[in-house]
Amino acid sequence: MTADPVLPATGVSDGLEASRVTIRLDGTLIIDGVDCTVEPGTFSALLGPNGAGKSTLLSVLAAVEKADSGNIRFGGAELREMHRRQRARTVAFVEQEATTELALTVRDVVALGRTPYQSLWSDEGPDDAAIVTRAIELADMAPFASRNFVNLSGGERQRVLLAKALAQQPELLLLDEPTNHLDVSAQLSVLALLAELATTGVTVLAALHDLNLAAAYCDHVVVLRNGRVYAAGPTRSVLTQELVRDVYGVEASVLENPMTGRPVIAFSPLALG
Amino acid sequence: MTTRRGATRSIRADKSSADDGGRTRRTIVAIVMVVLLFVSLTFAITVGPTTITPIDVWGSVAHHLGLGTSPLPELRDGIVWQLRLPRVLTAAAVGAGLAVSGAVMQAVTRNPLADPYLLGLSSGASLGAVAVLLLGASLLLPIAAFLGAMLALGLTLLLASSLGRITPSRTVLAGIAVSALASAITSLVIFWTVTGDSYREILGWLLGSLAGARWPEVAIAYSAILIAGVPIVLSGRVLDSFAFGDVSAAALGVNVQRTRWLLLGTTALLTGAMVSVSGSIGFVGLVLPHAVRLMVGPRHRALLPLTALVGAVFLVWADTLARTLFDPRELPVGIVTALIGAPVFALLLARRKASS
Repeated sequence: MTADPVLPATGVSDGLEASRVTIRLDGTLIIDGVDCTVEPGTFSALLGPNGAGKSTLLSVLAAVEKADSGNIRFGGAELREMHRRQRARTVAFVEQEATTELALTVRDVVALGRTPYQSLWSDEGPDDAAIVTRAIELADMAPFASRNFVNLSGGERQRVLLAKALAQQPELLLLDEPTNHLDVSAQLSVLALLAELATTGVTVLAALHDLNLAAAYCDHVVVLRNGRVYAAGPTRSVLTQELVRDVYGVEASVLENPMTGRPVIAFSPLALG
Repeated sequence: MTTRRGATRSIRADKSSADDGGRTRRTIVAIVMVVLLFVSLTFAITVGPTTITPIDVWGSVAHHLGLGTSPLPELRDGIVWQLRLPRVLTAAAVGAGLAVSGAVMQAVTRNPLADPYLLGLSSGASLGAVAVLLLGASLLLPIAAFLGAMLALGLTLLLASSLGRITPSRTVLAGIAVSALASAITSLVIFWTVTGDSYREILGWLLGSLAGARWPEVAIAYSAILIAGVPIVLSGRVLDSFAFGDVSAAALGVNVQRTRWLLLGTTALLTGAMVSVSGSIGFVGLVLPHAVRLMVGPRHRALLPLTALVGAVFLVWADTLARTLFDPRELPVGIVTALIGAPVFALLLARRKASS
C-alpha cells in the first residue's frame, strides 16, 4: 500500500485540546476562558451567533493570532511552542473569503501551500509538484488547474483555498465559514469533502453559521455564546430545541431528516412587532 | 466522489507539472533579457558625438581589465572608460534597483500603485541634494542625498508608529505626509536661493539624471545591488506567500511582521542608494513591474530577477535617449522615463480594465 502524498499516513494520536483560552482585542474580552477538545479524525463544527467569538477563536487555534492566556495542544504538542514552519506543516487555516489582486492560476495558489516545506531559495521539487497536483485533485479542481483564480466562482475559489490548505499536508484543518456566500450545491460539496477528509485522519474544525449544515455533516459541535463554550459534544445530543432557543433566541423544532436520519432544525417564524 | 476516494491510496500525481509551459517561457524571457542587456550596454557606449565601434568598446574594457592594449587613442579610450562606461553601468544598476524596489513595495503594501518613493525617500534625497547644491553643505552629493532619504524614511516610520501599530496603510499615509513636507522645504530653498545656472543643475537633479555618473557612482550603485538587491531578488518565495494577505502568510509559517519590515528596510536602502547617485527617476519602479507581470506572471521568484533585467535595459536606453535626443543639450533622464512611462502605464490600466 502506497501512502497518499497529501493525507496523513497514520492516525493522529491526540486531537485538539484548548484549555482556558482567553483573548482580548483592544481591551475587550472576546474569548473568556474557553476549554474545548476536538477528537482526532473527526469533522466538528464551531457554532454560535454573530459576535460569539468563532472567528477570533479559530485564528488563535490556527496560531495566526496570539491568545492572552491559555494552552492549545494538538497531537500532544503545545502549538505556541512549535516552530512556525513546523506548525504550518501540521495546522492549516482557511480564512473567510481570502482573495488576491494578483493574476495567479489555481495551481500557483495551491502551490503556496508548500511554503512551509521549502527553504527560502529552493526550487519547487518534484515532490512538491506531485503534492500540489494531488491536493487539486482531492478538492475536485483538476480541470481548473490553469485557470485564473480571480475569475472563479465563490464555490470554486473556496475549493482552491481548501486545496492550498491540503498542500500543507495538515493533520489539523481549521476553516472560517467555508460555506459563506456559496449556493446550496457548492455548500454541500465543500462539506462533503471536509467530512471525507476527516475519515482519512485529518482533524477538521469549521466555524459554521448554518445549523442544518452542521447537523448534516458534523459528528461533533462546539457552541460558543458570548466568548464562552455554551455546550459541546455529539451533534445529536447538543443541537436541541432548548439550545437553539438559549443561544440564538429562536424557537425551533428538531426533526429527523428522512433521507439520512440526521437531525434537521425547523425554525419557527419570528413574531413580528 | 468515487474517483477521489479511489485515489486516496495511491500517488497519481503526474510529475510533469502543468507549470512547465510557464517555466520554459520564463527561461526564454530571461535569456533574451540577459543578451539584450549586454547588447544595450555595448550599443549605448558607442552612441554619442564621438563614434566608437562595439569592438573598440570591448577592446578598451579588456585593456583596462589588464588584457591587451586598447585599440583606441588615449582621448577616445578615456571617453569609453572614464565617461560612457561608468554612466551606462550606473544606468543599468539604477534601473534594476528601482524596478525591483517598486515590485517589492507593490507586494508588501498590496498596492499596485506603490513605487519605490512611497515612503518619502525621493523627497528626502532631494532635500539632501539641495542642501549641498544650494546651501553649500560640505558633504559629497550622494552621501547627502542618501542621508536625506534615510532621514525621511525614519520620519515616516516614526510618524506611522505614533499613529498606533504600524500597518502598511498607515506607513503609506505617513510617507505621503513626510514627502509633502520635504518637497515644500526643497521648493522653499530653491525659491530663495536659486540663480541662473544653479537652477538647471538642481532641476536636473530633481528630475533624475545620470549625467554625473562616474566610477564612484558605479561603486555606490553596485554595492547597493550586492548588499540589498541580491537578497531581495532571492526572497521571491516569501513575497509570494503574501498574495492572500497577512493572515494567510502567517498560516503558511511566515513571520509576517519581521519579514515585512526586513523587506521594507532593505528596499529603502536600495532605493536610497539609487536616488543618491541619480536623483529621483520616476515611473521605472511603478510601471516596469506591471509590464513584466504581463510577460511572466505575478510569481515573484521569476518576476523579481526579470524585473531587474528589464529595469536595467530600460534605463540604459532611456539614458541614451536623454543624452542624444537634443544633442549637445542633455535632457534629465527622468523626463524620458516619464514620457515613456506615463503612456505605458495608461495602456496597462486599459488592459487591466479590459481583462477584469
